Amino acid sequence: MTPLTLLITLLVLSSAAFYLGRRRAFAVADPQKGIQSLHSRPSYYGLLTALWCGLPSLLLFGVWLTFENTIITNLVVADLPEQVRTLSPDRLSLVVNDIQNLVSGNIVSGEINPSMQAAADRYRNIQATSSAALAVVALSLAIVVALAVRRRIRPTLRARNQVELVIKIILVLCSTIAIFTTIGIVLSVLYEAIRFFQIIPITDFLFGLEWSPQMAIRADQVGSSGAFGAIPVFLGTALISAIAMVVAVPIGLMSAIYLSEYANKKFRAVAKPLMEILAGIPTVVYGFFAALTVAPFIRNTGGVFGLDVSSESALAAGLVMGIMIIPFVSSLSDDVINAVPQALRDGALGLGATHSETITQIVVPAALPGIVGGVLLAVSRAIGETMIVVMAAGLAANLTANPLQAVTTVTVQIVTLLVGDQEFDSPKTLAAFALGLLLFIVTLILNVIALYVVRKYREQYE
Amino acid sequence: MNRVAVNETISVMKPKRAIETVSKGLRKRYRAERRFRMLGLAAVIASLLFLTIMFISIFGNGYTAFFQTYVKLNVYFDPETLREDTLARADYPGLVKKTMRAMFPEVQGRRDKRNLYKLVSSEAAFQLRAMVLRNPDIIGQEIPVWVPADDDIDMLMKGHIRRDVPESERRLNDKQLAWLDRLSADDRIQTRFNWTFIRSGDSREPELAGILGAAVGSFLTLLVTLLLSFPIGVAAAVYLEELAPKNRWTDLIEVNINNLAAVPSIVFGLLGLAVFLNFFGLPRSAPLVGGLVLTLMTFPTIIIASRAALQSVPPSIREAALGIGASKMQMIVHHVLPLALPGILTGTIIGMARALGETAPLLMIGMVAFIVDVPQGFNDPSTALPVQIFLWADSPERAFVEKTSAAIIVLLGFLITMNAAAVMLRKKYERRW
Repeated sequence: MTPLTLLITLLVLSSAAFYLGRRRAFAVADPQKGIQSLHSRPSYYGLLTALWCGLPSLLLFGVWLTFENTIITNLVVADLPEQVRTLSPDRLSLVVNDIQNLVSGNIVSGEINPSMQAAADRYRNIQATSSAALAVVALSLAIVVALAVRRRIRPTLRARNQVELVIKIILVLCSTIAIFTTIGIVLSVLYEAIRFFQIIPITDFLFGLEWSPQMAIRADQVGSSGAFGAIPVFLGTALISAIAMVVAVPIGLMSAIYLSEYANKKFRAVAKPLMEILAGIPTVVYGFFAALTVAPFIRNTGGVFGLDVSSESALAAGLVMGIMIIPFVSSLSDDVINAVPQALRDGALGLGATHSETITQIVVPAALPGIVGGVLLAVSRAIGETMIVVMAAGLAANLTANPLQAVTTVTVQIVTLLVGDQEFDSPKTLAAFALGLLLFIVTLILNVIALYVVRKYREQYE
Repeated sequence: MNRVAVNETISVMKPKRAIETVSKGLRKRYRAERRFRMLGLAAVIASLLFLTIMFISIFGNGYTAFFQTYVKLNVYFDPETLREDTLARADYPGLVKKTMRAMFPEVQGRRDKRNLYKLVSSEAAFQLRAMVLRNPDIIGQEIPVWVPADDDIDMLMKGHIRRDVPESERRLNDKQLAWLDRLSADDRIQTRFNWTFIRSGDSREPELAGILGAAVGSFLTLLVTLLLSFPIGVAAAVYLEELAPKNRWTDLIEVNINNLAAVPSIVFGLLGLAVFLNFFGLPRSAPLVGGLVLTLMTFPTIIIASRAALQSVPPSIREAALGIGASKMQMIVHHVLPLALPGILTGTIIGMARALGETAPLLMIGMVAFIVDVPQGFNDPSTALPVQIFLWADSPERAFVEKTSAAIIVLLGFLITMNAAAVMLRKKYERRW
């Protein structure tokens, strides 16, 4: 039985349990007073039965599937011939991979020897047994529990309270997933990063001036011992983000001001949704636009003025990233500008200030904390943005502040280090996690400050 | 008497008053006002201009990908090559070559011949094979067959390869151009709607590459995301908004949710790689894992939107429900949730649209592989639409620029549909209390 059919069967069983429980409730009700004698409405008895029928089996199902693969693999490995089992862990994992490929009918690297074929057959056997066992255990558990609950149904059973308790527990669990996600991010990134820092000292990583993450595959290989100084990568990120902010902040802020203070209703009704389209475009589209249209345009324009512009210039990536962030800055600024009390504007206008003077001297200063918060969020976005830079910025880490040259960024390096085949003990792949850790920390700090500032500011005028 | 003259006479007659100081600077201030206003307008126009340029550049590059050049060959299905017993494995490429040679008997020399064969796509052989297998009766007949042209020919026909550049810098040489001209003079070249692009998976040959595989991959991924993130997001929002006490713990959850919504998407990819692939051993490149990662990214958005929707339900509704004896859970399920549902759905659709356009985390979990087959299930290796765009954007052939743009058009089409659905939902069901 495949997991999906089992899942569907469980659902069907649960709905059957619902009717079973409900009918039972009608049956146990006092014949004179009818369902009034029940503590809860009959469907709650049904729901209770259904929940008890479904939940334990689902739980079992989840746990089983999580550990099934590992256990089967270990069983099969334990049965492999002696000389295979004593191989180094790397080689052994290759063999296991091959066996798994054999099982799923994929192409296998290398020849199939009889022992591997036997192991694959054994794997398939255990897998079949396991899924059959899972089906039997899960289904019988569901049925037994449902029947047991059904027997317990009495008019005095507080079914509604129990059902609501179960639902509440589910709701609480769902809301804690956010915390588990954060913990998961921190742990997974931190764990690999610590492994990286065991190989490369953290000071070399943070303050080194050279980044070339090639590691020798064999000990006797020529060249490329690998240098993991992240300064050029940070500088590249900073440069591109700075260019993006130079584009996005003035344009975003000015359009927010124009749309909220000057534009008439009609213009706003057209322009605002159009700007929101800009926010909804996937970043991979921006990346393509940057690489295909903007970068050649900048290079050719530079050529006219006799400038040597790289075809993967920081300027192109930063410019397009700025365009991407414009709607972000503008919608956040729009919110905070609208939150400035009208009385402040009226006061300034009443004193004879022109509209623009009111805005620059009263409204914007009053909204400044919120605007700064928005800009910080935008910076965090720019730093974490991936696709635009992957497609339009360079790979080589140049230590330069010249926007016409190619630079690389943290996200570009993470992508290039982790896409493709990886081995999980080389500093090359682990470096990506170290970069990821830094990226997470920096954006986390920016976000927390920004969210704090924005919230504080909102309270001020509420 | 004009105003300046009046001002002058006044200033001669009387000592300075505040109003004069004001009016003296007034013109300058009005100019500044106009300038500021223009600047604002310019900013709005600039951002809209960027939008327009981007759309024009992508649509201009992409719409041609929906059409493909076809070449008509008069194929003689030679009984010599097509033996009854080996029909499936017969030399169909040879058949195509033979047909080409028959059409241009004057072509001699290996290099010229090879250039000649390059005019039609490698798909031609498969097409002939399919024809023969479908209807073996055609063996021995000469039948006109339209086969897809090679991507270079296609590019030439669409004007992306220019004839006036020197031969050495062109993908097609002069002889090939002459053959092509003869073919078009004979009405053997036609442009048709490119069904291949919509019906098939990826390919190394641009003329055979399609987006169905990526679209199905995206669909499966989004299905997983929707099935997980919608219930989780709504449940969490209901708990936080309706049931949770205000304490440290819920504050922590709240901070976490707000922060998760702003964490760079690539970090979620790292999480997926380390946890789902390396720890749980789930398959690489699978829509299941993609969906899980996108779920973690999307559910904070859904929680935030759902909470806003729940907040907008007036307290009087809750009080009325509680007042006639409903339990808190009944109040939520029977009254608050149905009223908040349009808002929740709007938020969910917007979250899904964002997930559909997300690329970076999918790169991390290996959904960037070159996959020809259309995925059949949640564990099959697959790509997604944005990842396909990224892959094609990296391909060197000129024809892939067009395919990339076309894939973007398709992706944007989906996104616009989803967002339009969200807007309509909001317009139709939103209630102001």
